[in-house]
Amino acid sequence: MASETRRVLMDPLIHNNPIALQVLGICSALAVTTGMQTSVVMSAAVVAVIALSNLSVSLLRNMIPTNIRIIVQLTIIASLVIVTDQILKAYVYEISKQLSVFVGLIITNCIIMGRAEAFAMQNPPLKSLIDGIGNGMGYAAILLVVGAAREVFGAGTFWGIPVLPLASEGGWFTPNGLMSLSPGAFFVIGFLIWILRTFRPEQNEAE
Amino acid sequence: MLEDYLNIAVKAIFVENMALTFFLGMCSFLAVSKRVSTAIGLGLAVVFVLTVTVPLNHAINDYLLRPGALGWAHASLTGQDLSFLRFLTFIGTIAATVQIVEMALDRFFPTLHAALGVFLPLIAVNCAILGASLLMVERGLTLPEAAVFGFGSGVGWLLAIAALAGIRERLRYHHIPAGLRGLGITFLLTGLMAIGFLAFGGIQL
Repeated sequence: MASETRRVLMDPLIHNNPIALQVLGICSALAVTTGMQTSVVMSAAVVAVIALSNLSVSLLRNMIPTNIRIIVQLTIIASLVIVTDQILKAYVYEISKQLSVFVGLIITNCIIMGRAEAFAMQNPPLKSLIDGIGNGMGYAAILLVVGAAREVFGAGTFWGIPVLPLASEGGWFTPNGLMSLSPGAFFVIGFLIWILRTFRPEQNEAE
Repeated sequence: MLEDYLNIAVKAIFVENMALTFFLGMCSFLAVSKRVSTAIGLGLAVVFVLTVTVPLNHAINDYLLRPGALGWAHASLTGQDLSFLRFLTFIGTIAATVQIVEMALDRFFPTLHAALGVFLPLIAVNCAILGASLLMVERGLTLPEAAVFGFGSGVGWLLAIAALAGIRERLRYHHIPAGLRGLGITFLLTGLMAIGFLAFGGIQL
């Protein structure tokens, strides 16, 4: 059982990463990663929503009629997102302003629907909760790496603290403005997938 | 007056392209862009659903959800603020609209339904649709502006996915490093397309 739990928790981190391998939940992964702070808050929000939605769907799985299961899952997820949004507005208002519509878009994040449909509908609550946390962490891992890369190279800062001395202030580093714009996000994720697959050739797609 | 609407449309199609600037609808953008014909089918379905749902959600927000919106029903309700229900209502409206559109198409335009049918259920959870409605509220557009914005966003998305599918069809005959095949190269391509679209930045009619 212990190794089983470990597998459910750790598998989505690298072996079966929801973003890099299953192409799920990309929208928010790209849009909020201009800096570390937004990435961390977004990751925390997604981990919370996916864990709780997996738990609730799994608890209700024997009571949900099959033909309306999608709408039931959507309602559960949307309610959890509303709660998350209100909490973020109450405690980290500035960052929740920066995240703008993307907190709401957690509802349509395919990872959450995907896990509810594929895992929580068939498995007991505790296992589903762990699966939710694992997949949330897999998503968070990519988000944090991309956020760190984009903030360091795009602005020369990490968590708002200058790490690379800027040329405009007598240092040597000229910020690459492209990293803060949308193309930068596509390139970083593209290269990240390339690196990941170079070390795990079994994830390569057929020609 | 007309320029205003034209400006919103041009901005939504080119300058602030849904897929390339806001990263909305990325999952289906990457998954359904292997062939031009299917990409255009999905794109048209997105245009259609956006044009219907954005104004509809605007009306719902205006008459039911925004602070003080319920004043028309009873004077004592003026102080109510239901805007926290926005996510739940919008996603419900979208899911219901998609269902109704699908049934209506099936009944009245069977050929169109045959072409778009498989994509419609997918669209209910496409973040471009919910995203457009939420952006519309955030920007405080009026009802006609919301309709133009919805339509423009859809057309922009269609343009982006059709272009990407065109490139990916060509790509099939090229040798790509093993680790980049499929998903990786698609991301890099989309990045290059996004740079292209940055050239439209600052256009004002």
